[in-house]
Amino acid sequence: MNAYISVSKLRFITGLQYRAAALAGMATQLFFGLIFIMVYVAFYSHSSTTPPISLEDLVSYIWLQQIFLGFIALWFRDHDIFQLITSGNIAYELCRPCDIYKFWYAKLLATRVSSVVLRCLPIILIVFVLPEPYRLGMPPSVITLLLFVVTLLLGLLVIVSISMVIYISVFWTMSPTGSILMIAVAGEFLAGMIIPVPLMPLWLQKIVYVLPFRWTVDFPFRVYSGDIPSAEALWGIFVQLLWLGVLIGLGRWLLRRALQQVVVQGG
Amino acid sequence: MALYFKYLLILFKSQMQYRTSFWLLTTGQFFIPFSVFAGLYFLFARFGHLQGWTFFEAALCFGIVHMAFSLSECFARGFDAFSSLVAGGDFDRLLVRPRSTVVQVLGSKFEFTRFGRILQSAIVLSWSINNLPIEWSAVKVITLILMVVGGVLIFTGIYMLNAALCFWTIQGLEVANIFTDGGREMAQYPLNIYQKWVTVFFTFIIPFGFISYLPLLYILGKSEGNELLYMMMPLASVVFLIPCLLIWQIGVRHYRSTGS
Repeated sequence: MNAYISVSKLRFITGLQYRAAALAGMATQLFFGLIFIMVYVAFYSHSSTTPPISLEDLVSYIWLQQIFLGFIALWFRDHDIFQLITSGNIAYELCRPCDIYKFWYAKLLATRVSSVVLRCLPIILIVFVLPEPYRLGMPPSVITLLLFVVTLLLGLLVIVSISMVIYISVFWTMSPTGSILMIAVAGEFLAGMIIPVPLMPLWLQKIVYVLPFRWTVDFPFRVYSGDIPSAEALWGIFVQLLWLGVLIGLGRWLLRRALQQVVVQGG
Repeated sequence: MALYFKYLLILFKSQMQYRTSFWLLTTGQFFIPFSVFAGLYFLFARFGHLQGWTFFEAALCFGIVHMAFSLSECFARGFDAFSSLVAGGDFDRLLVRPRSTVVQVLGSKFEFTRFGRILQSAIVLSWSINNLPIEWSAVKVITLILMVVGGVLIFTGIYMLNAALCFWTIQGLEVANIFTDGGREMAQYPLNIYQKWVTVFFTFIIPFGFISYLPLLYILGKSEGNELLYMMMPLASVVFLIPCLLIWQIGVRHYRSTGS
């Protein structure tokens, strides 16, 4: 276990080095958040029917999405792993005396955590003091806040397991960019990153609810604002755990299959 | 200019060597704006209209801005990816050649996989035009074309500014994303739905308003005033491009090789 923790630590520290990039990223995320909220405010201001999610809940949804972008973006590339597979350096990885699935999992997890840790605090401070209607509201109770933290972290684990499956698929496709781009675009849409799930048409919501993607974005953010009540949230945590088990199982199985027939590329 | 097309041809041939990868990426690039457009469609399906704008009017705006963005990403990619040229010291080679640096940097990279994006924008454009009751006239057609061209010039100008920044910072800074990606996200909706400060900034500092919102009013017949004035509006992008070129020239003079 220690080996995996130190891998994460190394990754984490590397991630913290890119401070200028983080600053630029924060500015971009703030700007995007403001623009999105303005668009929704415009839509809401002349709406004849009551929308299925209130504007305050939507605003917190958008800000949380911007703050925790590193946790939830499916399109979060790790060039190292791609290159390991396509360049043949995978051979070195196989020589390491540790489990390769856990090893990569720790790596991916740490990259995401460091990217968020570096960026989230300043953004949180700013969005809590913005004027209405742009301000990020507090969660209704301490219990909701706790539930939010739990669901967000579980969501993070789910998203890392999904990306593990995607990375492992590179063993077969060898050309990472094209196919992954398409999966990532579809996955992010189905997670509610482009528009929130409650605003989607009903037929699409039905599809979204049977797939794992929404448990990483839509679910934790709506728990935060209380749009999903606590009782339902507890049930949701159970579903998240279920998906986590399925995805990790799938990932490990695929990796075992891939390693049995691995062809080391080049020299 | 002939040189530019020569670069274009050579890079196109080289990218076509990896045919499967090319097609997969092109398809992928098709779906990125497609998902954003689907989001727009679903929002209009839910709310009906956006402060008096109908779906097809907003789609026209979306189509024009995305068309301009993808064209500039395809053909002005050299400036976008400029930091690698400076960091690697490869810019030295460009300086000793007897041609302008702008053409050479422009020609250093083309991203033909962006054809997927261009195709998507073209579909949105023609779909919205077919569904809008516009009385077309020569002036309006010219306006539409100028809007796209103006948009390309603005995005190129921003890339150029960002590239010029590399002369001082060596590393590429991603601040420009606010103006390219952010500008695209923002300008795909009619500008009047935003707060005043956003509208003013993106009309008078970075003239997105002159290539999307204002001429759009004219094309949709929502404007009053001189037709020719509206037609000429996208030319504001040229005014934006001139200081960008100047800053680029100053940057080139400031350049010190990294030596690597």
